[in-house]
Amino acid sequence: MADITVRTLADSLGLTVCSGADRMDQPVTGGYASDLLSCVMAGAQAGNVWITLQAHMNVVAVAALLDLACVIVTEGAQPDEAALRRADERHIPILLTAESTYSVVARLAALGVPGAR
Amino acid sequence: MLPPLIVERALALGLGLVAVTDHNTACNAGAVWRAAQGTGLAVWPGLEVQTREEVHLLCLFEAWEVALDWQARVYAALPPRANRPEVFGAQWAVDHRGDYVRTIDRLLATSTALGVEEVVEGVGALGGLVIAAHVDRPSYSLLGSLGFVPEGLALAALEVTARGVGKPPPGTEGWPLVSSSDAHCLAEMRVGMFLEVAAPTLAEFRRALAGHAGRRLDLVAPRV
Repeated sequence: MADITVRTLADSLGLTVCSGADRMDQPVTGGYASDLLSCVMAGAQAGNVWITLQAHMNVVAVAALLDLACVIVTEGAQPDEAALRRADERHIPILLTAESTYSVVARLAALGVPGAR
Repeated sequence: MLPPLIVERALALGLGLVAVTDHNTACNAGAVWRAAQGTGLAVWPGLEVQTREEVHLLCLFEAWEVALDWQARVYAALPPRANRPEVFGAQWAVDHRGDYVRTIDRLLATSTALGVEEVVEGVGALGGLVIAAHVDRPSYSLLGSLGFVPEGLALAALEVTARGVGKPPPGTEGWPLVSSSDAHCLAEMRVGMFLEVAAPTLAEFRRALAGHAGRRLDLVAPRV
């Protein structure tokens, strides 16, 4: 899985970047999909892309806590201004899509992003 | 939110009863109860438990010792992860004066391993009651996550936020509704309900929820 970065994901999937634009060249180490934050805290690894339909402030806290590469927010969910400000402060790229979590994961797998180890 | 300031603000608002439902802990509820002694303000100790489904349930008791029994079950069901105060905020236990006592090290801002049914049964067995918190919110809410109340779940009531008063969401039909301030700071405290009861007890509260024997509960729409 050489050289997949946050930019690779955003470009390949046509995602909207709404925070953390300064970290688009971060390498992506793997992927984790869950809408339960406690599961993400237990299962996601540093450098992973997290795919979820949750868009609230706690998503940013968990992404920062785990040092994730980025968060893809699915189903057209829209983080509020406060969450985006916090994401910028913590340099967390949040990428938006109208697609479902399942579709996004399928496309990431096709790109060669493995599951979190 | 120091205990003496909570009591002061509650009295200023004309509240006769508050419940303290901190996230996955009751460690400060006793201090608020003690700070309220002699003021006429009744204090119920409780917890807001986050279930494994990430649903918030308000667990209410009358006695702090019983709340602490439930707290022990909740602590045993939390993952063995330490808090990160720089991410989730400080977790302090204080006394009735508001003086620092100790820091709670385990992470409280996460899900327990307890399911919704387990929490309702466990609290019921201790004589407490369970209210599904802020069901009109999309996150951490029973209706937000599940879309319906599981059949036969022995909840006492569903809680709606101030915005939800008068506009109860689908799924609440047939359920008694409560509304409170869910205050995370003093300025958020408000009068959410009026209770007509003989005494500030859980038994009277249950009667008010059912509208029995002349007891009643009325929600207060927030001032715009």
